[in-house]
Amino acid sequence: MSSQTASQNKEHFEINLGPQHPATHGVLRVKLLMDGEYVVDAEPVLGYIHRMHELMGENRTWAKYLPNMGRLDYLSALSYNLGYVELVEKMAAIEVPERAEYIRVITTEMNRISSHLLWFGAFVLDLGGFTPLLYAFDDREHILDLLESVTGSRLTYCYFRFGGCSNDVEDEFLTGCLTFIKRLRSRMPMYHNLVTKNVILMQRLEGVGPVSAEMCRKYGATGPVLRGSGINYDVRKNEPYSVYPEFDFDVPVYNECDSMARYMVRMDEMDQCMRIIEQAIAKIPEGPVMAAKVPKMIKPAAGDYYHAVEAARGTFAIRAVSEGKNQAYRMKLRSPTFSNLSLFQEASKGMLLADALAFMGSIDLVIPEIDR
Amino acid sequence: MDLGINVVEMLIYLVGIIAFAAGNAAYLVWVERKGAAHIQRRTGPKEVGPYGLLQPLADGAKLMSKQLIIPDGVDKPLFMVAPLIAMVPAIMIFVTIPFSDSIIARDINLGLLMIFAFASVNVLALLLGGWASRNKYAVISAARAVSQNVAYEIPMLIIAITIVMVSGSMNLKEIVDFQAGGFWNWNFLPTNGNFLGPITFVLFFICFMAETNRAPFDLGEAESELIAGFHTEYGSMGFGLFFMGEYANIVIGAALTVILFLGGWYCPFGLTDGIWWFLIKMYLLIWTVVLIRWTYPRVTLWSLLNLSWKILIPFSLFNLLASAGLIKILG
Repeated sequence: MSSQTASQNKEHFEINLGPQHPATHGVLRVKLLMDGEYVVDAEPVLGYIHRMHELMGENRTWAKYLPNMGRLDYLSALSYNLGYVELVEKMAAIEVPERAEYIRVITTEMNRISSHLLWFGAFVLDLGGFTPLLYAFDDREHILDLLESVTGSRLTYCYFRFGGCSNDVEDEFLTGCLTFIKRLRSRMPMYHNLVTKNVILMQRLEGVGPVSAEMCRKYGATGPVLRGSGINYDVRKNEPYSVYPEFDFDVPVYNECDSMARYMVRMDEMDQCMRIIEQAIAKIPEGPVMAAKVPKMIKPAAGDYYHAVEAARGTFAIRAVSEGKNQAYRMKLRSPTFSNLSLFQEASKGMLLADALAFMGSIDLVIPEIDR
Repeated sequence: MDLGINVVEMLIYLVGIIAFAAGNAAYLVWVERKGAAHIQRRTGPKEVGPYGLLQPLADGAKLMSKQLIIPDGVDKPLFMVAPLIAMVPAIMIFVTIPFSDSIIARDINLGLLMIFAFASVNVLALLLGGWASRNKYAVISAARAVSQNVAYEIPMLIIAITIVMVSGSMNLKEIVDFQAGGFWNWNFLPTNGNFLGPITFVLFFICFMAETNRAPFDLGEAESELIAGFHTEYGSMGFGLFFMGEYANIVIGAALTVILFLGGWYCPFGLTDGIWWFLIKMYLLIWTVVLIRWTYPRVTLWSLLNLSWKILIPFSLFNLLASAGLIKILG
């Protein structure tokens, strides 16, 4: 207990960072034990926005649980949609048409770019720079417009269906995506000049917030946090799903283990997303977007099923246990940021308050996804 | 008779200075918001009046009509007095600033010294405000503000002493007069006999930004770390006074830079001299400060202090000695 530690040392004091604090980006509370400006202990306190998503999964039918997937990580909702529909398709052995798979990849990767753009802005905001946030939002707005034209919503998407997508995309969407990629390509050098090469930013990020590969393994960290620690692991490459094996893309890996490495991983990932989208648009076949025969009431065979996808923040995995009924017996959601946040307590010991908050920004938290 | 004129003059200056400080504070906020909006491709305030020009008045009315909340358990007298301490010295400093040859409230021989004396009072306001608030974020912020201000006052003073040595006076008017007759005579250029002029100018400008707690040195109110820093618990006009004090300090810092380095009210190239040159130079400097704020992220406390103790102070000391040597050799 940190309060016992506090009584041992009269110089230490406790700060409640959150649940309402500008740097926690939501209702996360971190109990900080401080020695002046230094963090002695940081204990994340969760549960302020817990909505029992897993229990809901056990009480709703498979189809009715689908909209919940847009409400976990609201910034890259399509990855979660994808993970869930692919799981159910695996369970019920539903074949997905080729075109639908391509549409899923294009929209998911667009969503990943928008998520990384928002993270980029919010992260620089954590470091005290306000302007890049609005530049990033300017670009993100184009993605939201494009996705809105296809999915009908701007944030909490529910677009994929068991066996395909709810509707076909139009050619305007595909050309819009290409126009957007051209625009973002021309803006990336500006971001790097304005932010990445900034002396103050480099000073703030390089060597700050070391997360070793061992620590990542210990806490099960995934995504850019893991790849910033020198481990080449991306579910899209290591446990391929959908049509990802057909595309040529790299997994950015940095060995520095600091905040700068995590920053660079995400920035490079945006480039790779653009490559994937371009290839997908070039290759997209004609055809239906829904499987011909999808049962009205899905009742998967009894068994224990697992499926993982690479969301913007790491590996999102679902384990569902079916008893052959129209709802799950057990639904377990593995949320990437929960694991990533777990290493905060160990990694932030002895950091300056400002560095600890920069470090928290670099692991990219989305609180509703941690609490579920 | 003479006394009567003096009193009238005094009243005019008093009202003028307060109006200038308050008007600048109000409209610099507008400039800052419009400037930020322009940089960030937004429109900024536009609803109240044409181009949002009445926005500062609306903001002021809102602040004044708000309830003055004093949280439980604060040190009430200190809590109440801190915003005043932030504002009063700022207004006092305006007394000795020569806006032009004739517009100066009090022509004091030791004007520069008086400015620095009052400017150091400002840190007390941050300390008291943070300490009295009974808020841990505010206390951290107050501690930061004090170490920051102490660290940056030293190089700033040393640089000012260099200028005093070069121009041979502590009277602000004489310092400006020393730079009369075109921009090649200004202190920031090496053509004025001081070969280290440009470096001195840059050092002073950095110190001025750090002294006024401006981004990228705004550690005292680092909103992503300390919420609002020392004024977290302040609302209503308590907050308003802190805010006005901050902007008044920016105006003072820019005015002082103009006086010490940029030739005050003198025209750079032989046109009529006057207060307008002073204001143009001053607002250009303030605009630079705004641009910097909206471009750079914030530094950490340690690198800020390192910058001062390891770079600025040794450098300004070297600068002082080198300038003294040059004056001895050349003069």
